[in-house]
Amino acid sequence: MNPNTAKETYLDAMGAAEKELAVAPSWLRELRRGGAARFAEVGFPTPRDEEWKYTDVMPIVQAGFKPAARGVNGIDPARLDGFWFENLPAHRLVFINGHYSEKLSTPGAWPKGVTVMGLAAALRDQAHRLEPYLGHYAPQKIHGFAALNTALFTDGAYIHLGRGARLAKPLHLLYVSTGAANPLLSQPRNLVVAEADSQAVLIENYVAIGESAYFTNALTEVVVGPHAVIEHYRLQEEGAKAYHIGGLHAHLDRDGRFTAHGIDLGGRLVRNDLRSVLDAEGAECQLNGLYVLGGRQHVDNHTHIDHARPRGTSREFYKGVLDGRSRAVFHGRVVVHPDAQHTDAQQVNNNLLLSRNAEADTKPQLEIYADDVKCAHGATVGQLDPEALFYLRSRAVDEAAARDLLTCAFARDVLSRLRLEPVRSQLERHLAAKLRVAALHQAQEVLH
Amino acid sequence: MLSIKNLHVNVDGKPILKGIDLEVKAGEVHAIMGPNGSGKSTLANILAGHEHYEVTAGEVIYRDNNLLALPPEERARQGMFLAFQYPVEIPGVSNIYLLKSALNAIRRSQGLPELDAMDFLELVKDRMKLVEMPEELLYRSVNEGFSGGEKKRNEILQMAVLEPRLAILDETDSGLDIDALQIVARGVNVLRSPERAIILVTHYQRLLNYIEPDQVHVLVGGRIAKSGDKTLAYELEKHGYGWIAPEGAPATV
Repeated sequence: MNPNTAKETYLDAMGAAEKELAVAPSWLRELRRGGAARFAEVGFPTPRDEEWKYTDVMPIVQAGFKPAARGVNGIDPARLDGFWFENLPAHRLVFINGHYSEKLSTPGAWPKGVTVMGLAAALRDQAHRLEPYLGHYAPQKIHGFAALNTALFTDGAYIHLGRGARLAKPLHLLYVSTGAANPLLSQPRNLVVAEADSQAVLIENYVAIGESAYFTNALTEVVVGPHAVIEHYRLQEEGAKAYHIGGLHAHLDRDGRFTAHGIDLGGRLVRNDLRSVLDAEGAECQLNGLYVLGGRQHVDNHTHIDHARPRGTSREFYKGVLDGRSRAVFHGRVVVHPDAQHTDAQQVNNNLLLSRNAEADTKPQLEIYADDVKCAHGATVGQLDPEALFYLRSRAVDEAAARDLLTCAFARDVLSRLRLEPVRSQLERHLAAKLRVAALHQAQEVLH
Repeated sequence: MLSIKNLHVNVDGKPILKGIDLEVKAGEVHAIMGPNGSGKSTLANILAGHEHYEVTAGEVIYRDNNLLALPPEERARQGMFLAFQYPVEIPGVSNIYLLKSALNAIRRSQGLPELDAMDFLELVKDRMKLVEMPEELLYRSVNEGFSGGEKKRNEILQMAVLEPRLAILDETDSGLDIDALQIVARGVNVLRSPERAIILVTHYQRLLNYIEPDQVHVLVGGRIAKSGDKTLAYELEKHGYGWIAPEGAPATV
């Protein structure tokens, strides 16, 4: 499918959706139409756009993914067993191809002041509660995919934490893509509103059943109220042929704390846009990222931290391991606005190349318009330390195991920042399995 | 146990070792001394299998095998141990994990069962007393943030746990105070037995106050310029290295 045809197809879908909008509240109608108009205006990004220089989305456009309809029946809940974390009691919500599945979800009881439900249901039953937030925190000039999501998102999670509400157990949101004859587009949209003094741990987890190609175009907005504490996990373990475009947009109020862990292990072509706006004094955000890639995987992380007010703190720590012919892009922008005196910002991006054919493009970008700030950044692209390898081998560890050990140690530096131990240990297992597979491929390449 | 014949080694195309001959038998302790840049550390590293070095001539036989054909891990499994001059920091790999991996890899290759966690910990704690190392260092990343002395003691701890047949200590004494030096010496003396051999590479004689060598060799300009018993070390202490000329060159006193 050529780009124009693809664009027309999605615009047609937006036209068809107008019928349903007739019964929607006017603000939602405006939001949807705004997304459609923006998409009509900008279409799909191309490598000519500075922000998409290294990430060519043409394969996504050409595949002509069709929006997934509701009503995938007959998924045996047992098929999801492997996706849940061992020893982690959690509120579990399941989304199949972007639609909330009540049947597969086991949310359990919610503490006082906490509302969690499917976004579609929330828009049907209590739209007025979402009106002040939905679509307000994604930036004005969103890119084509975000606009596509706004125009056509299907469902997702709506999470509202009232003043002082605390979610004792983590909320595990499992986004499952299933195989289908037609290549499917899933468009989850999530909204998290954490009012003053509230607290929660959220896990957005993207996985697949089956091997087929599909496209996830997800967008999440997180509103962190005064003194609220939100820890957000984005665990991307999509299928090997999957495309994933994700947006995470956080807005922090006074002394609000937002921690975002972004882990990318899966997917064929992945782009994440993470934006965090520290919009009141004393706000604090911590962004941890890890991407472990092999084969021809391509993962692009664009992060943008806005220090808009004084005394904000940001810590950004991204690491990547690249094997095979994989490619990683890291673009970390930190903007310190004139008002944001006493900002303390640190950013690190380290890349470990395990193969000569892997490539990492890293671009830290600090823009400072205030004069009394503490900001630092550093970026590296390197290989395993030969002296460390020799040291381990001289202690009887064979070469392959020594490489794995050092690589896992490099990655564990990020995983150790994950506060949920069951998530950490499961990811370590996945990581080890992935590295073993990569080592096997490498050995085969040598043989052939 | 170890037989080095006419060993020539280049580093970055430059000859560093120019014909080393050395015989080390089980039960012996050899000290290799020499001024800076004489090739002492090169010799230690080439024996352990460092890839940075290029052997241009000669051979090394270790327990009837061509040592130079073996990868470093295989040398370790066959009982060779190098205590590094500059132990490497390995963030993210805990000290105890490395010790256990190393010990069990060696035991497996010798057809012995792996030690379970309990027996292993008991063994390690026993050996830690020998080197007077605080237990918390076990759970830290390998050498990360260790002081110079702690790093050296950690090497000796590894040696004491792995119980090598042939231990090579590359300037383990450098930069240590007397207390630490005595701990290192104790580690070596405990290991000393009729089945094992030890090579001490050192710049200074003082380590030999605590470990009595069977033979002392002086390495100058990539060759062993002089060999003798422990009294040679005292002469070196008294007169320095200047009076020993590289083979074939006139002596400068």
